[in-house]
Parts: sequence; C-alpha cells; structure tokens
Amino acid sequence: MTSDKSKTGSLLIKGGNLIDPAAKIDAVMDLLLRDGHVAEVALPNKIRGGVDANFDARGLVVAPGFIDLHVHLREPGQSYKETIATGTAAAAAGGFTSVCCMPNTSPVVDSQEWVAWIQQPQRGAVVNVFPVAAATQASKGAVLTDFRGLQRAGAVAVSDDGKPILNETIMRETLRLAAEINLPVIQHAEDTRLTENCSMNESTTSFRLGLRGMTTAAEATVVDRDVQLAQQFTGARLHVAHLSTADALKAVRRGKRGKARVTCEITPHHFTLTDADIGEYNTYCKMNPPLRSAGDREALLVALADGTVDAIATDHAPHATHEKIIEFEKALFGIIGLETALGLAITRLHREHKIPLARIVELLTAGPARVVDLRGRGTLARGSYADVTIFDPKRRWTYEAAKSRSKSRNTPFDGWQLTGKVVATIVGGKIAHRAG
Amino acid sequence: MSKGARGSLLGIEHLDVKEITGLLQLARRMNPLKPHPLLKGKRVLLLFYEPSTRTRSSFEIAAKSMGAMTTLVLSSGSSIEKGESLLDTAYTLRAVGADVMVIRHPSAGAPLLMASHLDVPVINAGDGMHEHPSQALLDAYTILRHKKKLNGLQVAILGDIYHSRVARSAIHLLSKFGAHITLCGPPEFLPELATCLAPGLHITRTAEEAVRGVDVIMVLRVQKERLAGTKIRLQDYIARYQMTLARLKLAKRDAMVMHPGPIIRGLEITWEVADCPQSAIVEEVRNGVPVRMAILAKALGKAK
Repeated sequence: MTSDKSKTGSLLIKGGNLIDPAAKIDAVMDLLLRDGHVAEVALPNKIRGGVDANFDARGLVVAPGFIDLHVHLREPGQSYKETIATGTAAAAAGGFTSVCCMPNTSPVVDSQEWVAWIQQPQRGAVVNVFPVAAATQASKGAVLTDFRGLQRAGAVAVSDDGKPILNETIMRETLRLAAEINLPVIQHAEDTRLTENCSMNESTTSFRLGLRGMTTAAEATVVDRDVQLAQQFTGARLHVAHLSTADALKAVRRGKRGKARVTCEITPHHFTLTDADIGEYNTYCKMNPPLRSAGDREALLVALADGTVDAIATDHAPHATHEKIIEFEKALFGIIGLETALGLAITRLHREHKIPLARIVELLTAGPARVVDLRGRGTLARGSYADVTIFDPKRRWTYEAAKSRSKSRNTPFDGWQLTGKVVATIVGGKIAHRAG
Repeated sequence: MSKGARGSLLGIEHLDVKEITGLLQLARRMNPLKPHPLLKGKRVLLLFYEPSTRTRSSFEIAAKSMGAMTTLVLSSGSSIEKGESLLDTAYTLRAVGADVMVIRHPSAGAPLLMASHLDVPVINAGDGMHEHPSQALLDAYTILRHKKKLNGLQVAILGDIYHSRVARSAIHLLSKFGAHITLCGPPEFLPELATCLAPGLHITRTAEEAVRGVDVIMVLRVQKERLAGTKIRLQDYIARYQMTLARLKLAKRDAMVMHPGPIIRGLEITWEVADCPQSAIVEEVRNGVPVRMAILAKALGKAK
C-alpha cells in the first residue's frame, strides 16, 4: 500500500444490495471503507462512529470492484490508439477497478523494465493496472522470458497474446517453469497455421461474403493440447483467453476434472453476437477469436451459467478509425469493450438468460481474482482493498461511442440500449468514476 | 453502412428479379456498333487493383461507345503503390470529377466500402471471392439469347466454386429466376457450406452426374497454385472434372458451354469443348459490352 492511498479517509456506503460471492453475501448491508481498505460490513444502520462521507446506495448493487483479465492499453508504443490513462478511465467508467494489460505493445512487454514502466504513477492510471508479461522474448515463441524477474516486477501472468505459442516444446517449458513459481500462463488459443488470411468464422456468412473462415478446430485443438500439457506438471496453471467455441469448452471441462488448474474467460461480444452480425462487412464485428455461430454462443451461455467459465473479460482492443474503416480483410481485429461489459452482461445474461446477478458479479470479481491471484481483491471481506463497484441493475441507458473515455471508437454497440449501469467506481477508497 | 449512391451495382445478391430484368432489357437495346452519345460529357473512372482483360476493356468500350470519357487507374504506377488507402483514392478520384467508379479489388466488400463513402455510383467489377455482378448479368443475357427463359433451366456449375466470385453471382442470379442449379467439384473447391447461397442448390462430386441432361454447363477456371494448396493432384482433377466432349454428350443436345474466362485449355476444359459449336465462351465476351453499357447508363441515370 502506498502512503497516499492509506489516507483516503472513510466512506460509508449505505443501504445497497451487497453482492460479494467470495464471502457468500447477497443482502442489504452497509459497507464502511477506511484508509483504502474495507473496515466493516454490517447489517443496515449498525455501523457506528463518525465517517468523512456517506454514499446512499439504496436500490443499487454494491459489489467488489470488477476485474478485467484481458485489456489492451496500447502503451508503450501505440498511444494513438489508447494510453494507460485513457484506457483506465474507460475501465473506471465501466466499473472495473483492476485491469490486466496484455504485453503485445510496441515494444513487447518482455522485460522487468517495461513491466515496471507500465506501473509508474506518471502513466496516469485511475484504476489498478496489473501487467501480463510476454512468455517469450518479443512474443516470437522461441526463447522464454525471465518469469521470476517479471513476476518480481509485478507481472501477474505470462502470455504471448495474439501470437499463440504453437511449438509444443516451448509451451511445455512455459507451463513447467511458470508452475514452479505459481504463475498463470494465458494462451490465445489459435492454430495460426490453419487461419492464415482468415478474417472471420467459417460459416455460411463467410461463404456468402467470400471471406476465408477460421474453423472452430483452430481454437479447440490448441486448447485441447494445452490442457494435456498442463496435466503433466503439478501446479501448472493454464488460462484460456477469450474462449469462443463449444469444442474448446469441452477441453476446458476435461482440464478442470484433472490435476492442472485450467481456467477460462469469455468476452461480452462472444456471448452477445454471432458471425451473422457481420452482415455486410461490418468491421466492428471483426475480432479474433471471431464471432462464432449461434450454437457456439449457446454453449458459452451454458458454460457461463454452470460454472465452467471463470471470468468475463473484455479483450478491450482499441484501434484508430483508419485501421477499422477499411477493407474487411485488411481491418485490424478487435473492439473496445470496457464501458459496455456490465450492460451487456445484465441485458443478455441476466435479463434474457436468467443467470443470477450474483453469478454475473462472481464472473467479474471473485472469478478473475482467483485466476491471477489478486489477493484482497474481488471481495469485500473485511481487510480487503477498498475497490468497490456500485451499479444500478435496472437502469436503462444508451451507449454512445462518441462519448467513450477510450481514445478509440471501434465498437459494434454504438447506440445500443442496455440495462444495468455503473453508478460509481471506487478504487482504493477513492471515487474514480461517478455517473452523472 | 449505406448501400451507396443510386445506380450502384455492388452485387447480385441484394437485387430483385425486377431490377435484373430491367438491366437485361436495357442491354438488349444497346448496340455498341452504333455509337450513341447517351453519356456525353460523363467521366467514368476505372479503378483496377487486379489484372483484367475482358472486364476492363469491355467497360471501357461500353463507356466510350456512349460518348463518355474514361480514365483508367491501376494499383501499380499510382499512389496506391505508395500506400494510399482505398477510401483516400476514392475521394481523390471523386475530386478530379468522376461521375461513376468501376472498381475491381482483391478484397471482398471493397466496392461496398467505397460506395458507402461516396456520393457517386460505384460498380463492382469483381471483389475478391465475393461477387462479379456484371459477369452474372452478361451470362444471363447470353443464356437468354439461346433459351426462352431462365425459370426451370437445368444448370451445372463445375470447378473451383469456393474461390469464385463469378460462381457466387451466377448462383444468386440464376436461382432468383428459378433455375435448377447443380454444383460440382472436389470438397476443397466446393464445401458443403456452398448450399447456403440459395435455396435448392444441389451438390455432386461427379462431373457426369452434374452435366447429365442439363441445358447449361458453366465451367470455372482452376488455378494451378490453388490446387497446390490442397490434396488434389492436377492429373486427378483433370480426370474427374475436366469438361470433355464425352461429358458434354451427357447434357442435352442443345446444351450451352459457358466459361467466364480466362480459360486454361487442357485443364478445366479441353480444346475441343472450348471451340465446339455449343461453346458460348466468345459470345459471352461479346455480350459483355451491351450489358456493361446498360449498367453504366443505369448508373448515370440515363436508362430510359
């Protein structure tokens, strides 16, 4: 804890429906934050003594601060797309108090120096930033990075996100060495030998549009292999990033029954859209992994509900207009997602598919905290960090991309009516975002 | 994205039977041998990002025989080589005064992208593996010079359908008019997914079965380099799918043989079939001119 965070004073959040899945609480409770930590959780009107400020949370949900395991903040090197300051401002607006940023920047974050640089106060982060470091030098898939050093510098996991580790020997070594220091390995599962020049899911839509399609096997075979490799080492931790196919889920389920720790995340766009939404070459629906079939999306919804999935992660991937409003096959993959995640989760998962709010909160808090061992986060148990997200699960609102805090505007959700809106985001006891 | 300016021709898929019939009727009234200054003073921009013989020259002759000016911009030797984006090139050509843009591009959807950002009509002269609408229209025009109607016609399409924009446009067009279409090729060139293009499409892996009793045989070009990427051997392809006189005999006596060109004699089609009396290959090229005259006249609001 830094000294300035320890003097944030006290804030009493009163009368909210406190949902803390890690502590198995789902009830109206008061929450007292003091000096950057949770001081007390108690039944309404039981907390005595003076406080610096009150927050009336009646009718609102009070949850642990959301944690996003997968964002691209684009620094160092691509600040025309996003900066750590603007990306974390978008995170705060979306209720995220912690984000894990991917290392596929320019240069690639493969050294302790860059891991430290990301965390420097000059970057202007308004939420907690936990770097994920590259697993191999320059993410070239050949020479492993210094896992211990990177972990010491603050990396919470290693990954060559965007450039999957295909070489089996390298992947085995990555899992073995990371297991020794209890470090999760995050894999972007895609057999790129099968997806060359592909820009969407292989489907009737891709055939009709004349676009080369990625098969679901290109994802599932890598997940299947990684799960088998992870089983070879006690303590190995494999986290499957942005899982998108029913077949990959089967491999994850097998992995979860075995001795390795296999976890996975799913993005809001994969549980909301299908490849048919590409329509006539809408590049805002071009992402990697690609939007899949309705059948795959159905399987993801089941897995989100039944506990197979550990986290909702946005894969927030900002790109400039000139990288997106171009020929479909040339357009870069990815969309921004931090500000729409909660609204999509409540609209699609809770209201349409009847997944309980507590489960959604778990997927945004305790689940991701466990994946990368963020101790004292993802819960509001006494003594935890004072990271809190307060949201109105019933509020309807319209997302306007033009007003995004992100530097970029690449989203298919512009103009969407969503239910469920962040009211306040509190990081270390301080309000980082408050809805107008 | 918007559908582009009025008069744009981006694909066959989203046209209705009435629009297609209108274009075909207009083409019948066009005569390239009798110049008529219908498009006098109009500037037709031909923007070609890929090589082309037939499409390019027939659009150019179509425009000129109606009195229009044409300017050809190729990706090599222009600012496109210097890295100018498609949209910036489009804005530039609009600024120099283009009244209509004809574009061929290796990326599927490129004409739509351009059309949705311009206030002048855009004509798709072939985009990636997506569509080649003017080819489908001239094929329909050619068929209708020999057959009374498209409805009920038996059509076989053979070859590399997966990579073919000609096939996609032809399938859309013919099926809208009620033709019965059989697709034929090895799975690498003809995945089962192909049946999604239109209702009632039939797939076979046997050329003999595909052509038996049909009115029209459309043969598609096979690129050797694409064979190299698959498990198919050139000799096997030729043995199983080449259009030969023996196979042609299985079709109706008056069956037409069509091919969008360029033809690779000895690969997808034999010399004998390409040059036989039933071959409409040269006629297709000739018909490309009046059909493209009609497309340009409609694009520029001169269709009466």
